[in-house]
Amino acid sequence: MELRVTELACARGGLPLIEGLSFAVGPGEALVLRGPNGSGKTTLLRTLAGLQPALDGEISCPPEQMAYAAHADGLKSTLSVRENLGFWAAIHGVSDIEPALEAMNLRDLADRQAQHLSAGQKRRLGLARLIVTGRWLWVLDEPTVSLDAASVALFAGVVRAHLATGGAALLATHIDLGLPEARVLDLGPYKAEIPADLGFGGFDGENGGAFL
Amino acid sequence: MIALLIRDLRLAFRAGGGFGLGLGFFLILAVLVPLGVGPDPATLGLIAPGILWVGALLACLLSLDRIFALDHEDGSLDLLATSPIPLEGVVAIKALAHWITTGLPLALAAPVLGILLNLAAPGFGVLIVSLALGTPALSMIGAFGAALTVGLKRGGLLMSLLVLPLYMPTLVFGAQAVTRAAQGLDAATPLLLLSGITAGSVALLPFAAAFALRINLR
Repeated sequence: MELRVTELACARGGLPLIEGLSFAVGPGEALVLRGPNGSGKTTLLRTLAGLQPALDGEISCPPEQMAYAAHADGLKSTLSVRENLGFWAAIHGVSDIEPALEAMNLRDLADRQAQHLSAGQKRRLGLARLIVTGRWLWVLDEPTVSLDAASVALFAGVVRAHLATGGAALLATHIDLGLPEARVLDLGPYKAEIPADLGFGGFDGENGGAFL
Repeated sequence: MIALLIRDLRLAFRAGGGFGLGLGFFLILAVLVPLGVGPDPATLGLIAPGILWVGALLACLLSLDRIFALDHEDGSLDLLATSPIPLEGVVAIKALAHWITTGLPLALAAPVLGILLNLAAPGFGVLIVSLALGTPALSMIGAFGAALTVGLKRGGLLMSLLVLPLYMPTLVFGAQAVTRAAQGLDAATPLLLLSGITAGSVALLPFAAAFALRINLR
């Protein structure tokens, strides 16, 4: 089991963002993606998770082995914490959600409706979903948004426990998670050249005259 | 898959879930039509099959955009797309949940409203049967329309325009079956055609809808 990405190129809304990206993540490893806003972190993670096709290149690991977590947590406001988590557990064929509740410190909130949770508590519930997927590779987009310092530390512990059991994590984040063992990959050097024929210059180009 | 069905039903029955929206609309329509058309029993009996079927169709249309839009907003749809359940199964289950919360109650409530509209006695049985056979197609075609427009803000109008032409055969054969039964004629042929549309929709549209969803999720 290993995620090996070779010469990957991906695009957002038809605009190429990343090209020539190669890296590998094996069991027990964490890889942190860095890059300014708009550098393609989310696009890369969505491509890996199989939500959009790659322009070019190869991804060795099928999306079925990845647990994807995005900015939105996929929570239903009228369901309780236990019902929300239990649903995702059932979808992934897992019946016991207690360890996940315990790990993300949600046990006291288990019977509260998701609409009454704070933003940080919702995030913790969203991250608890990762544990019940039972998948080895976590693909995480800004997992620490709205978490306080204590919750970030709690989450770092959860990631570390996941790595210790042979899991792996790919994280796009701006803050320091407190995972010194994680490798860092800067997306800056892989920024795609925008081909001139995409015509983002609008009508200023040579065809412009035809419209005047 | 069962978990998804249970979740969708639970969401629909909880506060703000939209259960009863279609049913309420159906009731209001059937109560208002006699007031608008006038109390002449013969006239009402003549238009009853058409009114009941048009009402059921519009009631179904009301709640269609909820099928995928809410899951898209809160990110569930992305997570479902990466889950072990095939997207085709997600579509089929969500259409089934929509039918259980909309089409089935309509079919069960229709005979009561048939009395209000002075539907002829032989038409009642066929009314229930035709709605029970036809509304699954409405939910499934609707799920397809909802999948096509899932990424759009205020996509409801576009979805209605896309879905309504596809609803026509179901409406024509459904209303025709009830009309024929009410006149004491054999309603088997329109009912068979209605079943055929439903069977075809249920067999083919989950694949089309899942394909549309995959494109819209990009």
